[in-house]
Amino acid sequence: MARGIALKDSSRETSLFRARAILAGTLAAVLLLLLLSRLVYLQVTRHDHFTTLSQANRVNIQPIAPTRGLIYDRNGLVLAENLPTFSLEIVPERVEDMEATLAAIGRIIAVSEADLERFYVELKRRRRFEEVPLRFKLSDEEVAAVAVNRHRLPGVEISSRLSRHYPWSNHTSHIVGYVGRIAEPELRAIDTSNYAATTHIGKVGVERSYEDALHGKVGYEQVETNARGRALRVLERTPPVPGKNLHLSIDLRLQVAAEEAFGEEHGALVAIDPKTGAVLALVSMPGYDPNLFVNGIDAETYRALADSPDRPLFNRALRGQYPPGSTIKPVVGLGGLETGTVDPGDHTFCRGYYTLEGDSHRYRDWRKGGHGPVNLHDAINQSCDVYFYDLAHTMGIDKLADYLRHFGFGARTGIDIVGEASGLLPTRDWKRKVHRQPWYPGETLITGIGQGFLLATPLQLAAHVATLSSGGVRLRPQVVATIEDPATGVQQALSPEVLEKVPVKNPDHWRQVVAAMSDVVHGARGTARGIARDITYRLAGKTGTAQVFGIKQDEEYDEEKISKKLRDHALFVSFAPVDDPRIAVAVLVENGGGGSTVAAPIARKVMDRYLVEQAGTVEAAGESPQ
Amino acid sequence: MNTFTDTSPTALLAKRLHLDLPLLMGLLLLAGIGLVTLYSAGGQDMDVVMRQLMRLGIGFAVMFTVAQIPPSALRRWTPWIYGVGMAALIAVLVIGVIGKGAQRWLDLGPIRFQPSEMMKVAVPAMIAWYFAEKPLPPRLSHVFMAVALFLVPFTLVAKQPDLGTALLIGSAGGAALLFAGIRWRLVGYAFLAFIPTAVLAWMYGLREYQRQRILMFLDAESDPLGAGYHIIQSKIAVGSGGIYGKGWLNGTQSHLEFLPERHTDFIFAVFGEEFGLFGAVLLLAVYFFVIWRGLSISVNAQDTFTRLLAGSLIISLLVYVFVNIGMVTGLLPVVGVPLPLLSYGGSSLVTLMAGFGILMSVQTHRKLVNT
Repeated sequence: MARGIALKDSSRETSLFRARAILAGTLAAVLLLLLLSRLVYLQVTRHDHFTTLSQANRVNIQPIAPTRGLIYDRNGLVLAENLPTFSLEIVPERVEDMEATLAAIGRIIAVSEADLERFYVELKRRRRFEEVPLRFKLSDEEVAAVAVNRHRLPGVEISSRLSRHYPWSNHTSHIVGYVGRIAEPELRAIDTSNYAATTHIGKVGVERSYEDALHGKVGYEQVETNARGRALRVLERTPPVPGKNLHLSIDLRLQVAAEEAFGEEHGALVAIDPKTGAVLALVSMPGYDPNLFVNGIDAETYRALADSPDRPLFNRALRGQYPPGSTIKPVVGLGGLETGTVDPGDHTFCRGYYTLEGDSHRYRDWRKGGHGPVNLHDAINQSCDVYFYDLAHTMGIDKLADYLRHFGFGARTGIDIVGEASGLLPTRDWKRKVHRQPWYPGETLITGIGQGFLLATPLQLAAHVATLSSGGVRLRPQVVATIEDPATGVQQALSPEVLEKVPVKNPDHWRQVVAAMSDVVHGARGTARGIARDITYRLAGKTGTAQVFGIKQDEEYDEEKISKKLRDHALFVSFAPVDDPRIAVAVLVENGGGGSTVAAPIARKVMDRYLVEQAGTVEAAGESPQ
Repeated sequence: MNTFTDTSPTALLAKRLHLDLPLLMGLLLLAGIGLVTLYSAGGQDMDVVMRQLMRLGIGFAVMFTVAQIPPSALRRWTPWIYGVGMAALIAVLVIGVIGKGAQRWLDLGPIRFQPSEMMKVAVPAMIAWYFAEKPLPPRLSHVFMAVALFLVPFTLVAKQPDLGTALLIGSAGGAALLFAGIRWRLVGYAFLAFIPTAVLAWMYGLREYQRQRILMFLDAESDPLGAGYHIIQSKIAVGSGGIYGKGWLNGTQSHLEFLPERHTDFIFAVFGEEFGLFGAVLLLAVYFFVIWRGLSISVNAQDTFTRLLAGSLIISLLVYVFVNIGMVTGLLPVVGVPLPLLSYGGSSLVTLMAGFGILMSVQTHRKLVNT
């Protein structure tokens, strides 16, 4: 303490502080004078201007909603448009007794509980002089009924708004998705001033993932109004900036053809252009009518959709996770070659089952008698399980998982639609973490034939075969091709995005695997040779079957005895033409049985449509817009 | 200025009660103006006025209580108060991270506690405490330490995000440094260092949407549906008030719900509309009187701690007034800062009155020795 004081020069400090205090006093005076001069400017210089604004007439600021961007397919067909509909709106400021007014409207036209509930939510959100919608999509009769009674209902107005409409209905439901009314939790996530006049927001699909681009920017008017809130004249207007139009890479004709090929079956199909990653078709069967959701779906219809055993709301292409089965054999085989585990000429003897040393369990081949001696080409061609048991066993799970990872297994593809599932690529670490168990050698075997823990989405299967066909260039699948500014017409193309280039040790290995896949279709013993009839181009493919439930060691799989629900899923991955691939297709038919008989023909039809009948017109697709 | 030599009976009583009469008069006058304006702004709702009256009662009680505490005790407690405040700020930040949103409150069972409020007093007190025994003007190393003492809580509060309170904490800390006699050369360097840092941060450190947000913040009127709406409406209110105002209870703008937040942060718009330039000059004069009185208390204070503390607390008041009225008149961007003693609301009032209590304590606990 004493030392501290000794260092301080008290009188000097006092005078220093006094100087600073005088400065602070001067600063206070200057700042307050600055405020005063501002007040003089507002209250004296510009007094007349502000008086005009404030007197009998007052200024309101009214937001104007931007027009939502349109969505087209690659041939310019409109997939999402805005149609005018009439809605009933209420200006709260001009209503004396809200309860009575609502009751009076309820006697004229139908107003549901849900309408009222939503109305009250909106009422809180908006300013007193802004219209709040009560009912959408009024019929002509309802418009007339309200018009006749309008003199009794001050503050109630009929207005024409644009409402979202999806002309291709369930054909686009799993791609485009739909918009719906802005819900309470969404309010917190959006810029409320930009959505001041907006009633709808993208909920799923492209409508949701491209919400920012589609929405546009709000405009506003400074409107001079009288004391009752009625607009007298517009003082200043900033027009809204309309949302951007989206051009999808989806070919609707192809999409419709693919859906028709499914017939009554459920499942998914994804077609990708392997050169660009552009998604040409994305099918999840069955679909649903997205128009039901736009202006609020009634609880009963919704429950029927949500609880349906067909699960129409479930996007199988993006979110369905299935064992890929034999469809991964080409990539496993390629991994075997590229890691030096096997040579193309190596033979394995298939006697119908495979056993591990010190284990009595028989890992069975799908063909009871076995395939005899097979090399890689035969093994892919005939889908021999024993060959791949042996290959996977020699390769080990670590190398196997590493190689599969190059092809995108176990990770989201990054497609520009939200909600994609990541599938599952099992590893030792994963099993230790999730199951708290070590990895067993037998699990490596069944991973080698695409069973066990391994799961993939149909989208991942399509993306992986696209990667295989393009010599290892893994691209991000994209549904949107170009974004167009409707004001200027300028189109901005989204460029393909390379996610990874799979390392290529020896291009011959790749050629050999592709040749084997080609023989799956065109070879005399190929598992999908049934679809080769009258084909005019070379198609490479691989069939697959995913077990829905396991059968015991000594049991037989008898399709007839098993109920449809428990039957195997049929799979087919493919690309064509072999020399210059332009389309890669993955097909999954739920509970379809064998890949060769059910899934492969669907892929063939899609490829025919894309590669051969490209000149066909929209009408040829057999459907017209609803 | 030397009121302690005043021997009139009132002055002696005030001295015994540890009240500073000129300061008290100024504050009561402001509170009175506030209640009158609030009655009009709150739609002539007596309940609102009564609630504010109760808050003012609590505020003045806090001031009176704090005034009884001798500055030496305040000085002893300062590091503890600062420490607790910092701990609470960090706690709020952690809970805020968990709650995924802006968090200012700490829920201590029945009491809701806003640590950032407390720091408005604790930060200048801590810097005053730190410089109390140091030779002044301070050495460079001491300046750095003092800057850290206010920059850390400033950053924590700004992150909440509560820019208004952060601004007040930062300016109180800066004022304490200036009163401590920091050399102008250092202030100049700090300013020069700030510019390139800000430019670099603008160019590389911020994302596009963050830049947009700052631009929007600086030019609120470009967003007439959001923040700009307040400004447009409050300028119309103040401007249409003219020289003499529209008269009490006659403000059309403020009574037709065109004016948002009209009884809290934007109450000056109601005042300006109803009492005009004439009333505004009077109001500013009262504020200036209170600031002048506070500065003279700090000049007469007997040691470094009380001097720095009193000085920076009164500068806080100046910042409150300037930022609030500047915002309402469209001179400054919109920051949530209330107008002292006029705005409706409780939490900042208590801190503010505690600050005035400290000023009174400093003034009335001086020993009668001539230094």
